[in-house]
Amino acid sequence: MVKEIEKAGLPVVHVASILPISKTVGANRIVPGKAIPFPLGNPKVSKEEEKKLRKKIVEKSLEALSTDIEDQTVFKW
Amino acid sequence: MAELKVVHYLNQFFGQVGDEDEADLPPQRKEGAVGPGKALNQALEDKAEIVRTIIAGDDYFNENKEAAQEKIREFLQQEDVDIVAAGPAFNAGRYGMACGGVAEVADELGLPFVSGIYPENPGYEMYKQYGYFIETGDSVGSMRQGISDMADLIFRYFETDGSPGKPKEAGYLPRGIRKNFFREERGARRAVDMLVKKINEEEFETEYPMPSFDRVEPKPAVKDLGEALVAVVTTGGIVPKGNPDKIEASSASKFGKYKLNGVTDLTSEEFETAHGGYDPTYANQDPDRVLPIDVLRELEEEGKIGKLHEYYYATVGNGTSVSNAKAFGKAIGEELVKDGVQAVILTST
Repeated sequence: MVKEIEKAGLPVVHVASILPISKTVGANRIVPGKAIPFPLGNPKVSKEEEKKLRKKIVEKSLEALSTDIEDQTVFKW
Repeated sequence: MAELKVVHYLNQFFGQVGDEDEADLPPQRKEGAVGPGKALNQALEDKAEIVRTIIAGDDYFNENKEAAQEKIREFLQQEDVDIVAAGPAFNAGRYGMACGGVAEVADELGLPFVSGIYPENPGYEMYKQYGYFIETGDSVGSMRQGISDMADLIFRYFETDGSPGKPKEAGYLPRGIRKNFFREERGARRAVDMLVKKINEEEFETEYPMPSFDRVEPKPAVKDLGEALVAVVTTGGIVPKGNPDKIEASSASKFGKYKLNGVTDLTSEEFETAHGGYDPTYANQDPDRVLPIDVLRELEEEGKIGKLHEYYYATVGNGTSVSNAKAFGKAIGEELVKDGVQAVILTST
C-alpha cells in the first residue's frame, strides 16, 4: 500500500511496528512504531507520558516527510 | 479410448476462433482437442485424452465472470470428466484470470485442475489455491515445455492418488497452502542450524521464503509542511465502532474511508479496531495508539502541518494478499492526489 500511494505521487512515511516487513515491502521513509498492538502509544506509562511519546513519533514522521532521501531511510526517534 | 478424460479450457485465440475481435465470445464447446490441446493430447500418450474443449473470449470471461463460470459449471457437470486442464496462459493477464476462474469452478465441483502460468500473472496470485499451476515462461515461446510439464503433473496427480507432493518435488508453483507434518528436529534447533550455516556462508534452504517485492523511487520531501494537506492511512484496522463496512479481521478484501470532520480525538466510544492479527485491547482502549488523530490535531493547531485531510482510510493488514494491498494502495493514492493531499502518514501494527 505504501508503495502504491507513493507511486500515485505522494511522499509517504510508514510508521511500522515490524521494521523488517516495512523494509521488505519497500517503504522509503520509515519510522519505527513502539509495539505491534500500539505503534503510537504505550499503555504502561501515564496518559501524559504516552501522549508525549505519540507526539514525538508523529513529529519524527513529519521530519521524515520533509527530508529528501535517496534510498530507504529509517528515522529513529 | 484412454482411461482418464480431460476437459481443456482455452481462450478465443488459442481455441482458434479469432483474435481480439472474438474476445467477447461466451463459453462454447468443441469435440476433442483444439490448438495447444492437440500437443497436450499427444503428451498424455494413451493414459489420458482430451474429450472436450471449452473456449471463451478473454474479455467475455473477465467482464462476465459469474455468467462465464455458470456456463462452464454447466458444461463440466454434463461431462464424464476426471480432470480439467487450462491454458497454458503464460503472462496473459486476462487469460490467466480466466484459467483461474475455471480452476475455481473445477475446485467447487471437486475436480482436479492443472494449468500453466507465468508466476507474475495475476491469475496465479488470485487463484493458486484452486488447482495446480506449473510454471511457464512469459510468452508462447515456452509452450512446448509448458505442455510437457502439464502432462507430467497430470500423470503424477493420478499416480499418487491425488497427493502429488510438495510444489518443488512435483513441479508446480506453490499454492499458498500449509500442511502440518512432523519434523525430527524442533523449530528452534532448525532455525539455529540455518543461522549457523548462514554465518558460515554455507548453503541452506529457508522453510519460509519471503515474497519478493518491487521498489518505488522516493518522492521528494514536502517543502513546507506548515502549509500542506496531510492525510492518514492505517493497516491497523481502526474503524468507526461497529465496523460499518465489515472489513474482514484477516485477508481483507476492502478498505474503508471515514470522516474526520470535527474529530479531535479517537475515543473508545466511537472507534475500535477490526484487526484480527494483534491483541485489540490497547487499540480499543485508545484508538489514537494506532491512528494518532489527537496529536495530529494539536500539530495542526500549532501550525506544524497545514491541515489534516477530512477523511482517513483504513484496512486490516493481516494476511492480506499483495494483490489486494496493491489495489487498495492504488485506489487510495489516486483519491488522495485528486483531493489535493500532499503527504501521507501510514501506520501499521
